[in-house]
Amino acid sequence: MTEKLYSISIEVNGVHRTAQVPARRPLADWLREDLHLTGTHLGCEHGVCGACSVMLDEEPVRSCLMYAVQADGHRVTTVEGLARPDGSMSVLQDSFCQAHALQCGYCTPGMLIAAQGLLDAHPRPTDRQIREAIGGNLCRCTGYQQIVEAVRLAADRMAEESK
Amino acid sequence: MKPVPFEYVRASSIGEACDVLQREGDAVKLIAGGQSLVPLMAMRLVRPGLLLDINEIAALKFISLETDTARIGACTRQALVERDGALAARVPLLRQALAWVGHAQTRNRGTLGGSLAHADPCAELPLTAQVLGARMVLRGTAGTRIVPAGDFFSGPMMTVTGPQECLEEVHWPIWSEPRTGSAFTEISNRHGDFAMVAAAAQLALDGDGRCVRAAFGLGGVDQTPLAFPQLAARLVGTRLDEAVVQSVAQDAAAAARPGSDLFATSAYRRHLAGVLGARAIRSAHEQARL
Amino acid sequence: MTQPFRYIGTKRRTKEDPRFVTGRGRFVADIALPEMKHVALVASPHPSARIVSIKTDAARAVPGVLYVLTGEEFCAETESLYIGVDAPKVTRYALARGVVRYAGEWVAAVVADTRAIAEDAAELVEVEYESLPYVIDPEASLAPGAHLVHPAHGSNVLYQRKFVWGPIEDAFAKSDHQLAFRAIWGRSSTVPIETFGVAASWDPVAQLLDVWASIQMPKYPDQTARALRLPGNAVRVHYDVDVGGSYGLKRGIKHTVLVGYLAKKLGLPVRLIEDRLENMRGGDMHGPDRFFDMQAAFDRDGTIRALKIRAVDDVGAYAGRSPLQLGKPVGAICGPYRIQAVEYEPTSVMTNKTPQEAVRGFGQSPTNYALERTMDRVARFLGMDRIELRRRNLIRKDQFPYLIPSGSSYDSGDYHAVLDKALAAIDYPALERTRDEARRAGRLAGIGVSTCLEPSGGNTSFEPLFNPKNETTTWMDSCLVRVDLSGSITGIMGTSSSGQGHETLVATVVGEILERDPASIRVIHADSLNALPSNSPVGSRMAIMLGGAAAGAAKKIRETLVAIAAHNFECSAGDLEYRDGDVAVKGVASKKLAWNQLVEIAHRKFHKMPPGMEPGLQAKFIWEVPTGGGLPTADGRVQMYPCYAFETHVVYVEIDPDTGKPSIGGYVCGHDCGVMISPDIVHGMTYGGIAHGIGAALYEKFAYTEDGQLASGTFMDYLIPSAMEVPDIRIVDHCTPSPLTTFGQKGSGEAGYLGAPAAIANAINDALEPLETSIDTLPMSHLALWERIHAALAKQGSP
Repeated sequence: MTEKLYSISIEVNGVHRTAQVPARRPLADWLREDLHLTGTHLGCEHGVCGACSVMLDEEPVRSCLMYAVQADGHRVTTVEGLARPDGSMSVLQDSFCQAHALQCGYCTPGMLIAAQGLLDAHPRPTDRQIREAIGGNLCRCTGYQQIVEAVRLAADRMAEESK
Repeated sequence: MKPVPFEYVRASSIGEACDVLQREGDAVKLIAGGQSLVPLMAMRLVRPGLLLDINEIAALKFISLETDTARIGACTRQALVERDGALAARVPLLRQALAWVGHAQTRNRGTLGGSLAHADPCAELPLTAQVLGARMVLRGTAGTRIVPAGDFFSGPMMTVTGPQECLEEVHWPIWSEPRTGSAFTEISNRHGDFAMVAAAAQLALDGDGRCVRAAFGLGGVDQTPLAFPQLAARLVGTRLDEAVVQSVAQDAAAAARPGSDLFATSAYRRHLAGVLGARAIRSAHEQARL
Repeated sequence: MTQPFRYIGTKRRTKEDPRFVTGRGRFVADIALPEMKHVALVASPHPSARIVSIKTDAARAVPGVLYVLTGEEFCAETESLYIGVDAPKVTRYALARGVVRYAGEWVAAVVADTRAIAEDAAELVEVEYESLPYVIDPEASLAPGAHLVHPAHGSNVLYQRKFVWGPIEDAFAKSDHQLAFRAIWGRSSTVPIETFGVAASWDPVAQLLDVWASIQMPKYPDQTARALRLPGNAVRVHYDVDVGGSYGLKRGIKHTVLVGYLAKKLGLPVRLIEDRLENMRGGDMHGPDRFFDMQAAFDRDGTIRALKIRAVDDVGAYAGRSPLQLGKPVGAICGPYRIQAVEYEPTSVMTNKTPQEAVRGFGQSPTNYALERTMDRVARFLGMDRIELRRRNLIRKDQFPYLIPSGSSYDSGDYHAVLDKALAAIDYPALERTRDEARRAGRLAGIGVSTCLEPSGGNTSFEPLFNPKNETTTWMDSCLVRVDLSGSITGIMGTSSSGQGHETLVATVVGEILERDPASIRVIHADSLNALPSNSPVGSRMAIMLGGAAAGAAKKIRETLVAIAAHNFECSAGDLEYRDGDVAVKGVASKKLAWNQLVEIAHRKFHKMPPGMEPGLQAKFIWEVPTGGGLPTADGRVQMYPCYAFETHVVYVEIDPDTGKPSIGGYVCGHDCGVMISPDIVHGMTYGGIAHGIGAALYEKFAYTEDGQLASGTFMDYLIPSAMEVPDIRIVDHCTPSPLTTFGQKGSGEAGYLGAPAAIANAINDALEPLETSIDTLPMSHLALWERIHAALAKQGSP
């Protein structure tokens, strides 16, 4: 490969990572192929389906719409980084299991990121807010019903926990 | 869908960005939020030799409220613009428009300036700028010039920004009238999709409920977003009765030159223009009365 | 089995969910093989053209490119792909040879070190084309003088037959009334969020091709081997690859033969992951594109005496199983109604468009849509309530098993009860009041109802029905259950899964029979070399077939345990009681062999085994689909799928008369699929099916320009509904067990999709009724609705 390489330094799931990448390497591809964090998925590569969603500096974004070089100096959290410090599932992840908020699992990482972003900003969202927050994440399996239930359940459980 | 190979440079100041633009010429493409640009690059419709990243220029990321003007840096994230309560109190149309712009994730990354520079004739922020008469501050190596929205948008996906210029900040007029109301509405296939037709209106009323100031426009119905200052002027002095609202909206629709595509014929767009135009005015009126 | 069930039918977490929520799914694009190379495709921009030349020098010169393959080589070295009807001249390969037949057809494949480089090189492949005539419209394609998509075949018709079941002309002659109309189902598809992908690796020493793919396809390893001219046991498909949604569609046989060929030729692992553009245009995964000319003969009391159905389906430029999607609905051709005579004339026609593949329901949803629009039109004609009309025609619960004119027997059902439940759940009288109030306020509001069947079990007798040369009547599935030395249980299934929760299904069933906690049971996927035979999850068959097989294998193990105990206690099996894996002499608590002891005897203590018994503790169960094994009669009557699930949808919609924008304001689905093994899984798929149906009804279309170009080839134009377009949905369950299955379960993977478009279409038409206009074309886009409204208002003299 004769493409020019650029040094990047990105904190991924709390771990400082450095690499040399071509400019055209999408952030999603770098995470998946170079860091082997294959939890982030590609569904369209043109920013519509949301399967590629990750947190960039704690806000959900589409990782197919950024190049890895652009994330230099920033913090990225993928689905693999949503677990609690002790490695157990987050309340949201566990709630997805409890409510069976997934089937094939392909859109799920993106859904979790979008939902986590919502709960971080709005701990007691309405159903309308939940649907809007995941409105940029397409799912073909679930019809969204059990996903909305899972996010509601997670919000309730987190409210209980914080009491 | 991988883009063509390109080189990358990250500017740390707008001066540096302009230098790069001047030095590298045609091969350079500016990238801000990338929400519109990166898909085009993925489909290889846009093929830059050098991508000039202005996301990290701190001086382009601010919201500053002055007496008559809200100044917003071009690289301010749409999500921040949407969330800013003090801004929403002074330029309410921005928050209303942003509710229709894409999805939360695209607004977290997309920038105010990026959407304006992309100049999609059916996009919400260009329409808002057009209706309010926002002023674009363009920076080049030679200096700065200010271009009002009406002169800024020159065609579909085209602005008067020179090849060596970069949008630096946008000035939004703040209406001083105490009883001001605004509204933004659009029809799209799904929530967050491109608008088939969009309409925006801002009105001010006096103590008697008469309109003393009005601004109104349509998106998606021509080569650029359209503002209708003369038609809006017909609302001034009236109580915004249904007849005058309808006549203004219908005349605006008649003046538009909408195109046809997969989802909407020009006849449908023209019809929507009349319907949404009236709805925007009525809704702005309700807001002003609150 | 004693009722009630311990595990079956209870709310339990699935086995699959944890790996996906933690990002540990293993999809084909996640699999990294050492030295793996990547494929990008060169596609035809023309709908129909002769390939004059292909120059690959510039592409091959790009650093990092290994090979550029064209059809000339590929088609000579591989076999044409399987077609489900008798049309040997309609050949099909992954790469075009000589001519291209649709815009997007793959012409060359570039193999490179990275996908990005492969795409760079693909742009440098120079193809010279000479444009040829083309045909885009199916009716134009049927007309004399139409351009022939496959000239050697002699016509554009892949299949056509007129089936006459029952006294059709007599019924039409004697009926009080008739009506006729056309219902159009627009071209849409399941469009999973994961595109199709396949990776292959050839071991020249072992002479073995390993294949990993996002696959849901019967006879996939066999067809791969055949096309590559390999013996069947030279292909090993790894079924433990997670599939990111399929809903029938992922039959990537052409991709697989291409990648297999390249892997073998280059001696390196090769991978093709379709990008979304390749997928939409060239992946050959469009869905039914069909119009129905319906004629109904009915009496003034609402009895539907007979139907004449002419169904024309445009499969595109090539076909695999797609023409058979006109055949499966034969098994429920009169819907859930007591219609005595049906004439059915399916025509499968080719045009210069992207080929069609199997879509959820395999043609049943478009057919249900046409049937349900017919019912509403009949009701309107008679001035009768649409629900009352259905009540009068629905098969009654005392009439099962019910034989329909086309030869299928419906196993069980209570359609009236499910309908009542759904109407009660949505509070139908209140809903009517809401609608009427909305109408008085000047809004367009409507309620739609559909009562539809979901045939399940997957007995594909449409294969011999549509192609008498194909006498396939075997439609089996299997399961292996083993208990290891430590007493842990493992279930092994022989096919892939794409979100249906099969691992949970097997664990639940095995746990139920063996009375051991399903959470302790591991379920794995075999590969195609060590798998027992399977026909893959299609036709809503796995709850029945895999569930039945898992139960059968578990029962054998349970019987073995009892036999071991009987031998050791020197009594008969009848004297013993099996509980929780332990076996004890009835009434003698001290005479008990616990699970661990029985396991130990089976694995280690041959001297304590009954004579002649196999050592170890494992059982396989392979079985044919219930009611299967029959060939069609001369007039085309045959039993299709064995078990019939039923669904009724009640939907409230409003349409903004000024903009044409529809919104769904209330949605209830009454669903009866017999005994549900995992309710959460069944409900989940039903919600998903409804969302999918909303897409087909209101949003999704593979639209073509007059130039034969796909106009909706990205996710910006192909409109998949989001959580903002899909409303809150309520499901109410009913259970009429199937007499044919182990626990009374019926299949359910296609639920929701089979009845939603029909109900939404009926709701939209109800909303339009005050304007005296109607719409019988899907999708019912904003534009289409507005145009109807606008025209109706213009006729009435309003602006």
